[in-house]
Amino acid sequence: MNIILNTHTGYVDVMNSKQDITLPSGITIDKILEVYEKMLMVRTLDERVWAMNRQGKVPIAASCQGHEAAQLGTLLAAEQGPECFFFTYYRDLALKFGVGLDETQIMLSYLGKEGDPYSNGRQFPLQGSDLPRNIIQLSNVVAAGMTQAVGHALASKIQNKSTVTMSFFGDGASSQGECHEAMNFAGIHKLPIIFICENNHYAISVPQKLQMAISEVSERAPGYGLEALSIDGSDLLQVYETMQKAIDLAKTFNPVLVEMNVERIMPHTSDDDHTRYRDLSEIDELTSRDPLKKLESLILENNLSSDIQIKKIKEACIERINTATTLAEAAPEPDTKTLMNNLFVE
Amino acid sequence: MAELSVIESIRTTLWEEMKRDPSVIVLGEDIGQRGGVFLATQGFLEEFGATRVIDTPLAEASIMGVALGASFNGLRPIPEVQFSDFIWPGLNQIIGEASKTSYGSNGQLNAPMVIRIPYGGGIRGGLYHSQNVESYFFHTPGLKICAPSTPYDAKGLLKSAIRDNNPVIFLEHKKTYRLVRGEVPDQDYSIPIGKADIKRSGQDITVISYGLMLHYCLEAAKLLEDKKVDSEIIDLMSLRPLDIPTIVESVKKTGKLIIVHEDNITGGVGAEIAAMVSDLAFDYLDGPIKRICGPDIPTMPFAKSLEDAYLPNTQSIYDGILELSQY
Repeated sequence: MNIILNTHTGYVDVMNSKQDITLPSGITIDKILEVYEKMLMVRTLDERVWAMNRQGKVPIAASCQGHEAAQLGTLLAAEQGPECFFFTYYRDLALKFGVGLDETQIMLSYLGKEGDPYSNGRQFPLQGSDLPRNIIQLSNVVAAGMTQAVGHALASKIQNKSTVTMSFFGDGASSQGECHEAMNFAGIHKLPIIFICENNHYAISVPQKLQMAISEVSERAPGYGLEALSIDGSDLLQVYETMQKAIDLAKTFNPVLVEMNVERIMPHTSDDDHTRYRDLSEIDELTSRDPLKKLESLILENNLSSDIQIKKIKEACIERINTATTLAEAAPEPDTKTLMNNLFVE
Repeated sequence: MAELSVIESIRTTLWEEMKRDPSVIVLGEDIGQRGGVFLATQGFLEEFGATRVIDTPLAEASIMGVALGASFNGLRPIPEVQFSDFIWPGLNQIIGEASKTSYGSNGQLNAPMVIRIPYGGGIRGGLYHSQNVESYFFHTPGLKICAPSTPYDAKGLLKSAIRDNNPVIFLEHKKTYRLVRGEVPDQDYSIPIGKADIKRSGQDITVISYGLMLHYCLEAAKLLEDKKVDSEIIDLMSLRPLDIPTIVESVKKTGKLIIVHEDNITGGVGAEIAAMVSDLAFDYLDGPIKRICGPDIPTMPFAKSLEDAYLPNTQSIYDGILELSQY
């Protein structure tokens, strides 16, 4: 395999025995395999907590399946700097794992155990904040975090901090008044912020056509003075390249709305049954837009790795998650003496 | 030492704190070029510039949400709600989000913000420029609430509120803004949040109030001296946390308690105080706990006759104290 820098495109051309692949700048084969491993971990964790919900162990789970490339591709761009802050919503296991939380911490959170890094068992799994990893997520009220993200970006600009704030939300949240207010404010003050709409076309059961008269949420961007980018959020490399552009814009005080079209492969949460409102044929077709399958195909078709290696990675993921599950199940619940703690800070 | 009105004291204090601490910003509707509809920030835009004195769009949810988010990132924002009556669109950010910041993140995040709210009536404000909104916040753990009645207290409490690392609701009674004047020391001082003040010491009966009504209570107490009724007037100053020890100690001394507030009677601050006193000082009570409050209609109407009929006043407070003192 030969790796050649293409001076015309700035891309790295990877030549191998079977097929050539052109990778965006900053992306190596190792990087792709690293993201693949993360995505596989996220998918396996997602499936595990869903199964544990059916076993009565995990009270609630909001599946991230279908959204993984949108979130991991964003992180891939974000890790190249500047420092980014993430105001997440709730379908974001990939992002929350991707920033460095380990599988045991995630399992502690799903089980509401002592040591849950987000809220120590006060909130739903992975809700609260993971401040050491720049994730802020206070609540489950959709779009409430959007105006907060704008305030965060405003504070960065006022204090000359060279950071970018990212505000994640779904198509459902785009109907909220605060979504409008947030984008309007960001446009007026030219804030270093990226609004990322992970559009899976369903607000629980309500399809997009009953949420808005337009075909893309990003059509609203010009009305707020925002740049608009609309992409296939199931394509890791497309997400990465788009987010590089978006970060470049945001850090030079051009707020952006990025719409990532994705599929919600699973029901809204473990308490939902999407066969009540989606055709079975539609559900069957979702796998064709599965970001994990797409990334796996990219890897195999270009000989970036082999079936044998992928099988090994899968086995290793299961092993890691088994260990995490055992540790988390054995962990104590939060001490009842902490019930009244941290209502205020000093 | 200068004699200032309540609004002048607030303006001076905001100015001093913005001079002292570059992380303090103010934001709200018409607070920049206009200086605020009550002129709380008059001259601030010229002095501190548009990055720290932000004229926002007319949208309360984002005023609160933006302030909250900025408080996560190194600033001490002071959002102004133009009138308490307009706070409802911003309520999710206050009750749903800010109050839960520390608890919901298990102490990782905190929200050092002061939400300034001109509230209350008696100024012909009608249903949408008179509202008392305190009970909604009073019911919410995770918030602190100040409600000063004098220029001196306004300065001391506002200093504490701005320096506090938690969200503080700062209630400013509109009618006191220019009506109430008093001595305000030039030097820096603060009044701790959660501490009540005995504005008049007495032996016969405890009267608890805050804001505008506190002044009517003082007037009534003065008039009742002729009737040989010696009233103790407690100014709560902070509604949350409530200064329970000061209240209980006073009731143990006098044996009688009246709570006076302009806010609706049902589920108001007075109801909580009554329940708390019956729990902690029942054996000391020599009579029923009485409340003189606004009736259960949305708020005071616009017509002069109806507005007057809604509001407790010096006479109705005088009558209430006299009646209970004779129980």
